[in-house]
Amino acid sequence: MEKRIAIAAPDRIAVARYGGLTVDAWRWIGTLALIAVAAALPFTLSKYHVFELTMVMIYAIAVLGLNILTGYNGQISLGHGGFFAAGAYTAAILMHRYGVPYWATIPPAGLICFVLGVLFGLPALRFEGPYLALVTVAMALATPQLLKYFDTWTGGQQGINLAKPVPAFGLDRDHWLYLLILVVLLVAIRVAANILHGRTGRALVAIRDHPIAAAAMGIDTARYKTLAFGTSTMFTGIAGALSAIVIGYVSPESYSLFLSISFLVGSAVGGIATIGGAIVGGFFIQFVPNLANDISDAAPWAIYGLAMLLFMYLMPHGVVGSLGPWFARLAQQIRPPGAAVGKSADEYKRWEA
Amino acid sequence: MRPVVMAGLSASSLVLAGTLALAAGQYGPGVSDTEIKIGNTMPYSGPASGYGAIGKAQASYFAMINDQGGINGRKINFISRDDGYSPPKTVEQVRKLVEEDQVLLLFQTLGTPPNLAIRDYLNDNKIPQLFVATGSDQWNNPKHYPWTMGWQPSYGTESRVYARYILKNLPDARIAVLYQNDDFGKDYLNGLRAELGDKAGKMIVATQSYETTDPTVDSQIVALQSSSANVLVTAAIPKFTTQAIRKAYDIGWRPTHFLNSVSTSVASVMKPAGVEKGVGIISAAFDKDPTDPQWQDTPEYGEWLAWMKKYNPSGNVRDAFNIYGYITAQTLVAVLTACGDDLTRDNVMKQAAGLHDLRLPMLLPGITISTGADDYAPIKQMQLQKFDGNTWKLFGEVISGN
Repeated sequence: MEKRIAIAAPDRIAVARYGGLTVDAWRWIGTLALIAVAAALPFTLSKYHVFELTMVMIYAIAVLGLNILTGYNGQISLGHGGFFAAGAYTAAILMHRYGVPYWATIPPAGLICFVLGVLFGLPALRFEGPYLALVTVAMALATPQLLKYFDTWTGGQQGINLAKPVPAFGLDRDHWLYLLILVVLLVAIRVAANILHGRTGRALVAIRDHPIAAAAMGIDTARYKTLAFGTSTMFTGIAGALSAIVIGYVSPESYSLFLSISFLVGSAVGGIATIGGAIVGGFFIQFVPNLANDISDAAPWAIYGLAMLLFMYLMPHGVVGSLGPWFARLAQQIRPPGAAVGKSADEYKRWEA
Repeated sequence: MRPVVMAGLSASSLVLAGTLALAAGQYGPGVSDTEIKIGNTMPYSGPASGYGAIGKAQASYFAMINDQGGINGRKINFISRDDGYSPPKTVEQVRKLVEEDQVLLLFQTLGTPPNLAIRDYLNDNKIPQLFVATGSDQWNNPKHYPWTMGWQPSYGTESRVYARYILKNLPDARIAVLYQNDDFGKDYLNGLRAELGDKAGKMIVATQSYETTDPTVDSQIVALQSSSANVLVTAAIPKFTTQAIRKAYDIGWRPTHFLNSVSTSVASVMKPAGVEKGVGIISAAFDKDPTDPQWQDTPEYGEWLAWMKKYNPSGNVRDAFNIYGYITAQTLVAVLTACGDDLTRDNVMKQAAGLHDLRLPMLLPGITISTGADDYAPIKQMQLQKFDGNTWKLFGEVISGN
């Protein structure tokens, strides 16, 4: 905290004003305008496109969870599809067996996935890098089989059909689900920003970049790594619950290894150590497979792979991770001397290969 | 005066509209004077992509129909999308087909979980979900799901066919059942029990289940043998069927062995088990096997082969999915032809539920398609076949399993 104040102090002296408003004020206005546009958007689109954007936001929440773990803390997970499934089945079982209203299943899904994540994070402490990736692949592979095995709870191969969520405020169901999930996404972004842009975030990054030095500085690496796991899986589990509510059906086939892989792809394409990148990742997961299919029926996954390579070649730090510094530089050029802007270009360069 | 004029005007325009509607026909979404839009989902990618051959065959069949002038002058626009056998993707693709492409109906969407995921949506919106490509027992439920109809004989129907044969020809049977511990396997077990009725308790002397995660079913086979059963019914997927055939033979057990039709592939089940170990095994079929020499000189096969060569040249002529796709597409063409110029969703369901003894060339001789307002199971008959160490040979008469 001390260090931050020391840096911030000179900024307070010469606060730049653009059009009579400070940068912070402009940022608030920009954010509010974006939220207003996002909230108004569904009313200008067809219901199918609203549904598509709803899925984008759900994947964005899941990817945000992965970014906390893999991007900020450096623990690679190829098993987040499993936690997504755990969240989805928590919601489904609560709704189907216990008659819990759909909105009330979101917190328990988050809680259960937090506990599962912490439990999984404990043995994960023993594994580093590629070894952890392999352990989590095993988890992703086991998920559909486990779901089939515990069929008294999960409905086995047949899965569980869920009642359609009743919309509030007399809204259309697609519009209501979109707005509900927009709120969850905004809360998730806010919570993630609070965690990552503070002391905890710096500890996570320190552990990622140099675990021994981090430990020497007095950071309880085991505790932070386990908590990072739990927080990450909590986000992804909430996304899973939301997907169960929107799709209205869960089954083992919905949560294959491929889901976990596409989360990681979405994360890398968006910018693995960024928050905004999660939204880009959500768009990638939702739209690129369909676009690839439209381009070629014969080899859609080759096109998908090509798109992925192209993104990674042109923007090796992901869309937000690569364009972020570019914007920061642009802002530095147009600001009056002595004024402070948000993130420096260096801040975006934290995720170096 | 004005209201009277108005009334007169609207009355005459109503008459006018009425005659126009008669001339142009009654159309639901996706239909025009020149086109009928049909939606479909298939796993063209992912682990289940082998089934994609079915969708390609159907598209090729509709291409031929269109070349011949379409159905009552309307071309079929078959929009088939990839869902990778992932139910959330199926929901997305089906919503796109219905809401963006505005298809008249969904045809042959493939897989039990994908179809379960879209069934409520389609029934709530009164959109036909015709001839779903799955063998589950739950598609014949017109009371609760009047817009969803199956096509092929269900697992339960097949199981009843075996039970009828056993009751008639093996009255002293002591039956052992090996089944997969999920809805697929239980459909067989339940069908068997239902058909045996009061005798089920006495005739079924042992049952053993396995999980798809089990490494082998060897211990189950040994346990079933010790029950002194003389009939074995195996309701298993190919990998475990192979093991069951081999193990039973190796421990010297020679029951009359019934195999579910899912696992009768000569190449992937019988050969790996050892063909000599499978001689005499009984199964059932409803369509013609493209590799069976007895059909290859018939005009029906010749017609199918000519279509394959011209419209589906990349398809494998030994692949049974190309028969399946051909017959299902013909079933839909029969329904749409029966609709005439009344191509509304209501009439599509009415005509689909009004098929009487529809005979299609690549169904086995004697097997026909029939439906009714309370019968949403188009194919209910099968014929038994016996493995001779080389191929499956049909025997006996067609047995109804409904």
